[in-house]
Amino acid sequence: MSEVRAEMVANVWKVVAAQGDSVADGDTLVILESMKMEIPVLAESTGTLTRLAVAEGDVVQEGDLIAVIE
Amino acid sequence: MLGSVLVANRGEIARRVITTARRLGVRAVAVYSEADAALPFVQEADEAVLIGPAQPAGSYLNGAAILAAARRTGAQAVHPGYGFLAESPAFAASVIEAGLTWIGPSPAAIEQMGDKINARNLMHAAGVPISPGTREPAADVTAALAAAAEIGYPVMIKAAAGGGGIGMSAAMDPAQLAAGFETARSRAERFFGSPAILLERYVEQARHVEVQILGLVDGRVLALGERDCSVQRRHQKVAEETPSPGISPELRARMLAAAVTAGQAVGYQGAGTVEFLVDVTAADFVFLEMNTRLQVEHPVTELVTGLDLVEQQFLIAAGEDASFVPEAVVPRGHALELRIYAEDSKRFLPSPGTIGDWAEPAGPGIRVDAGYAAGNTVTPYYDPLLAKLCVHGPDREQALDRARAAVGAFRITGLKTNLEFHADLLASAEFSSGDYDTSLVSRLRP
Repeated sequence: MSEVRAEMVANVWKVVAAQGDSVADGDTLVILESMKMEIPVLAESTGTLTRLAVAEGDVVQEGDLIAVIE
Repeated sequence: MLGSVLVANRGEIARRVITTARRLGVRAVAVYSEADAALPFVQEADEAVLIGPAQPAGSYLNGAAILAAARRTGAQAVHPGYGFLAESPAFAASVIEAGLTWIGPSPAAIEQMGDKINARNLMHAAGVPISPGTREPAADVTAALAAAAEIGYPVMIKAAAGGGGIGMSAAMDPAQLAAGFETARSRAERFFGSPAILLERYVEQARHVEVQILGLVDGRVLALGERDCSVQRRHQKVAEETPSPGISPELRARMLAAAVTAGQAVGYQGAGTVEFLVDVTAADFVFLEMNTRLQVEHPVTELVTGLDLVEQQFLIAAGEDASFVPEAVVPRGHALELRIYAEDSKRFLPSPGTIGDWAEPAGPGIRVDAGYAAGNTVTPYYDPLLAKLCVHGPDREQALDRARAAVGAFRITGLKTNLEFHADLLASAEFSSGDYDTSLVSRLRP
């Protein structure tokens, strides 16, 4: 199991993947936006996206859980 | 002179404009969002009005709220700073319609230069050199591929209504163009409200050099020297210097003349910047775009000329003559600006947070234009610019030495900054030699 966490305070601009998806290492899961920059959040392992903890429009803090891949 | 001015902006540029206003005895009104109440520009203004929420759409992009604040405070003029509404012809027109003085060029000049395709066509007609590119927006991928085949690869994909490097990418071949086109279109739509895309020849070994112009009330357009802005990450400037170490006196003279022609072509009044791309190997240049406002990096021009460009903007907007004799302006020495961003020094990722300590360097030739102070919170809603560290010296070598010392003395804790990147930049042999181009940062951070 691997957890994907936010690296910084940001707004969730786009949710690209859906819970239950099969994802590969390096796939884009969500796109964050902070300080006028889009920051893609990538899968760090290959597996099933068992949890997607954010929705578009959410504000995430540094270290917040974004997704779980198993 | 104006009696009062409302500054429709935030952070360091709002503070910069307020400083000149106060020096000249002009009453300064700040407007601010809920996220910015504690920032220095709000504290230092004579009056400050809360105009909306943190999200720019409700505050700094909310023209109606800004005009209401102007009415409420009796402000006579509006200074837009840069970004936000600075290059909105509709906002400029609404300021004028409200009976206020707009501190900037005419809405018509803003509109003509705001669309990059239109600006290129206009400059071409005026005799200013442009690069091979599309004369109308590329409607879809097929049209883009056809246009690129004619222009020749590599090509740069740009938002016609864009700025700040957002939505820009280079395509080395048709496959990259096909892949990048839709992304560019959606970003253009999202950030600039128009999906129109411009393609132009991409010059790989290029310097980005711009000319400061000032259109006077008598119709004359002055060129106040150039700024080299080739130190860029993600097509956004990180450091600038003047004079450019990469152009000959002959090339400089031709660029300054072209910038004057560009300004005259749109009857330009006030401060503006004409951006050029210099092909290093060919020792030639093409027009890139014109910024119809005060530029972020204007302090380097102020340091070498001794002028206060905001003061000149005030005078010109009020219909008065400039406060200096144009013929007497002789640039002295060398100046650099280092943009201190709230971002990490390795990957340049944003780093919002709360500032702990904030200690600015000081001394001869050092100027810091800062938007924040100790204890302020840097939020994710706006761009990451914390401060501009500006340095002046008798020559480039001494300016670089002062910059190295100043970067070492600048202390900001609580969030990540790119100060370490600037230290590496100033230590690099390539930057120090002056012989660098826009790909420098990619070599420093491979």
